[in-house]
Amino acid sequence: MQPIEPETRQAVTDSAVSVRNVSKVYGDVQALKDLSLEFPRGELTSLLGPSGCGKTTLLKIIAGLLKPTSGEIEVNGERVTGPGPDRSFVFQDFALLPWASVLRNVAFGLELRGVAKSEREAIAEKYIREVGLAGFEKKFPHQLSGGMRQRVGLARALSVNAQVLLLDEPFSAVDEQTRRKFQEDLLELVKNEKKTFIFVTHSIEEAVYVSDQIAILLPRPSRVSEIIRPSSFRDKSVDNIRRDPEYLDIVDRIWASLRSYVE
Amino acid sequence: MSLYGYKLPALSSLILWALLWEFVGRLGLTFFIPPFSEVMVTLVGLIPTPAFLNALWVTSYAFLAGVFFAIVLGIPIGILMGKNRIVDELLLPWVNIFLSAPLTALVPVLMVLFGFGTKTVIITTALFAIWIIILNARAGVRQINRSLVEMARSFGASPMDAFVKVYFWAALPEILGGVRIGVIRAVKGVIIGQLLISIVGFGALFELYSSQFLMAEFWAVLIVLFGLAFALSEFLAYLERKVSYYAASR
Repeated sequence: MQPIEPETRQAVTDSAVSVRNVSKVYGDVQALKDLSLEFPRGELTSLLGPSGCGKTTLLKIIAGLLKPTSGEIEVNGERVTGPGPDRSFVFQDFALLPWASVLRNVAFGLELRGVAKSEREAIAEKYIREVGLAGFEKKFPHQLSGGMRQRVGLARALSVNAQVLLLDEPFSAVDEQTRRKFQEDLLELVKNEKKTFIFVTHSIEEAVYVSDQIAILLPRPSRVSEIIRPSSFRDKSVDNIRRDPEYLDIVDRIWASLRSYVE
Repeated sequence: MSLYGYKLPALSSLILWALLWEFVGRLGLTFFIPPFSEVMVTLVGLIPTPAFLNALWVTSYAFLAGVFFAIVLGIPIGILMGKNRIVDELLLPWVNIFLSAPLTALVPVLMVLFGFGTKTVIITTALFAIWIIILNARAGVRQINRSLVEMARSFGASPMDAFVKVYFWAALPEILGGVRIGVIRAVKGVIIGQLLISIVGFGALFELYSSQFLMAEFWAVLIVLFGLAFALSEFLAYLERKVSYYAASR
């Protein structure tokens, strides 16, 4: 296992989320082994790796949905014992209430926290506009396309105003073109929202495109093999990232290290 | 259904069967089948009589009470079985036994336990309906999408909130299907109860008319019963269609 590079360690001044020596065992399968990782505040960190490398398991442990067998998670210096209002989750299959309107779905996180109806609907309407779904408040999930459903899931996660957003392969169930639009919007969101994003994906290009920091996870048992921080193209406009030499180099480098793990 | 390009209204096949009934009745083959028109005339005359209205009231009361208990007990038990493995292991064999058991054979036992009154009729009705309601509620809860459960947890839902705002609605299409079949079985239950336990209500009317060979009256009451059961079942099917828009996309 290659340790975090010294210059990277210096760049990490303030972590929103710290994962310390986390292991997870399912029966006799070791899913995660002694995994440690820091997530810098206000940045987007991708967890990237071949399928079965435990990236979703790690995300659900951070979310408090799974308990680690050993080790601990800290969010803003506080130890995680379960789900909490400081984190919100965006699901791969959207996880919307099919019997509720877009407005109620977006406000549902606030509804569960006991926020009054008029107040939570005002907040929800703001985030519905922000994700570009204005005019669809009264629609139901089955009347929306996959991409629009995920925008609802994103608006729900944003409306509870958690500092940490956990995204579990959020764009894998939408088509390629919608996905590209999502990636561009995500960059905007990271810039504007001042939140910490933890993003699970199996797409190398997607990870390099959207991330401030990429953690490469290798399977059986899962460990962090490498942490990459792109430097030169993060401030470029969305149209120029994909032809930046550093972008292309990183994509190639990650593929070279993952290649042998893909059947 | 359409005939020669004309769209026929629902249930128009019943007109054909009514005509056939009328024809067979008029042939006078057996006293058992009077003409349909005679049955209908008897029906119209029968409905305002105190005997009929009283029977309707007694039967409705026992039926609704039985269905009520079957629903308010059956749905929570089913949801609990779907959510908790220990409860499921304990109860599932019994539910399956009672679902397929000939409950009519148990009625004498119930009479010994609970007497010959309305209470026993209500219990019989509930016993006919409850098992399928339990099984369907259980099946509904078991198919709830795992990420919906995780969503509720990750946004901090209390167990009660998760139950009322997520699990119940997510299982509602299956629950309603169970209630519909349960209600149909309850119609059988209440009549069997009124025939075997206390001879009251529609059960008593059937007993009276068939023993005195008043076949027109007998058929008239049966048609009323069919109509009521059919209307109930259609109403519940209508509710099921109301939630079907999300049943496929859960």
